[in-house]
Amino acid sequence: MDKSLNNENITRSSLKLERVIVSDKTSSIVKGAKRIRRSQQQIRTESIFKNTLVIISIFIIVVVFAILLTLFWQSIPAIKLTGISYLWGKVWDPVKDVFGVYPFILGTLLTSFLALIISIPFSFSVAIFLGEYFPKGTLSDLLKNTVELIAAVPSVIYGFWGLAVLVPIVRGFEAQIGVQTIGLGIFTSSVILAIMIIPYAASLGRSMIQMVPSNLKEAAYALGATRWEVIRSIIFPYTKSGLFAGVMLSLGRALGETMAVTMVIGNTSLIPKNIFSPGNTMASVIANEFTEADHPVYLSALIELGLVLFVVTVVINMIGKRFIKGFSNT
Amino acid sequence: MESTIIKSIGYNAYFGTNHVVKNVNMEIARNKAIAVMGPSGCGKTTFLRGINRMHELIPDATANGQILLDGEDVLEMHPIFVRLKIGMVFQRPNPFPNLSIYDNVIAGYLLNGIKLPKAEKDIIVEKSLTKVALWNEVKDSLVKKGSFLSGGQQQRLCIARAVAMEPEVLLFDEPTSALDPISTSTVEELFHELKRNYTLIIVTHNMQQAARVSDLTAFFYMGELVEYDDTKVMFTNPKDSRTQNYITGRFS
Repeated sequence: MDKSLNNENITRSSLKLERVIVSDKTSSIVKGAKRIRRSQQQIRTESIFKNTLVIISIFIIVVVFAILLTLFWQSIPAIKLTGISYLWGKVWDPVKDVFGVYPFILGTLLTSFLALIISIPFSFSVAIFLGEYFPKGTLSDLLKNTVELIAAVPSVIYGFWGLAVLVPIVRGFEAQIGVQTIGLGIFTSSVILAIMIIPYAASLGRSMIQMVPSNLKEAAYALGATRWEVIRSIIFPYTKSGLFAGVMLSLGRALGETMAVTMVIGNTSLIPKNIFSPGNTMASVIANEFTEADHPVYLSALIELGLVLFVVTVVINMIGKRFIKGFSNT
Repeated sequence: MESTIIKSIGYNAYFGTNHVVKNVNMEIARNKAIAVMGPSGCGKTTFLRGINRMHELIPDATANGQILLDGEDVLEMHPIFVRLKIGMVFQRPNPFPNLSIYDNVIAGYLLNGIKLPKAEKDIIVEKSLTKVALWNEVKDSLVKKGSFLSGGQQQRLCIARAVAMEPEVLLFDEPTSALDPISTSTVEELFHELKRNYTLIIVTHNMQQAARVSDLTAFFYMGELVEYDDTKVMFTNPKDSRTQNYITGRFS
């Protein structure tokens, strides 16, 4: 990249110089690279440009680490108070300064993994449909744009939709199977999350499936394989790490999603009894209680929760990236 | 009297509105090697891919006419059955990279979900690899991935994979154009062995190759079958001036 830019610069300026030289007969004997006389100004512009890029890049890295550092710094009072038992304490009672985030970690993992299980059949179907069966055409364009739209809708709208439409449906379902009929809870949040994370696994999966070399697919077709057999025996083995990476990205998104979940999860600090119980995720606790945090340790405990969430999401994302990298290397 | 195995009657192939194979009438006798040659874009590969219905895998590609395999029209048959009877080897060696050499040979059975007893699989693998003169080279490394082999070995593995399905016809789409000269001559020698059991249709860009390996040669030009005759006749006494121009190198 760098090199080609430089080359282009040289050709351009040498063309310019050539024109000057042609008109100046005395120096027309100078040939080749000797023609290029770089002015101090040109070289200075180049280094200013390069330095600007470096400074901006470093700035972004610094900001992210500063966020992490601030989270840690602000969590120190809570860490001092509760120590490591913060992570598995089962009671969250800010009035008595008892901070245990186990119910929230459980709530986060439950909603995210349940959402993942619900969304995978949809996202993989979309990926196969768009990547292999119908890469072109009106229906595929419509599907592709719709799936992309899912990612573009603000999460508060999903929250509203959940409250207005999904909660009554889930309540009816709960009445039928005989559990407490709240409608708000882990299950409802998972369904909302499942819809929201479809695009991540679907679009990564689609591009991975399109990358499967056509000569491998043709080899299989030529041996009498059906479309489904080609997908199962050629495309899946070839793209499995890519599909897995898409799932990890979806998971990262599900773990951190705040607004929609906060609106439909029921917001209680009790440990959920089953998947229909109301609960809380790490993100929804922070969103709900941040404005109510009336003393410093309470605030610090919430920030520590943010730190935990930050670390978990970063780790999940790193695992996903690792798989994408492994995929593109082979 | 030799029997006809493939008979093309008024076969046409299109990409969208682009008419790439025009009204091809051709009879192919059993256990012969037929070379199909012609300049780039003459429709020879499209015709070949039409025989085992690979042509229509490409979006917008259509075909009409008849191609009879033992008297049965392949255009009316389900493509899966056509491809089980007519094997294909491609321009670039394409063994399945996630499968071992052993599994690559029986890939056709694996893909079609046919469970064979181990003993039978062993026999198929050994027989197929022997037929392509690869058995001695790989018999000690059958569990290795197929992609570890050299290009020429990979191509022979792909031929073995097609042969393992016991097809009646083998199609070759410029099978040596990605290979070095030594691998090329190994594959060419194979053709002489293979035509004892199979009918071979070989698309080639290389006229010397057509002359070396085939019994009959077909010359395609601009989508038409210009001339189809005994290879010796084609190269010594072509009837059509376009064939003459092509084999004397006036165009390529």
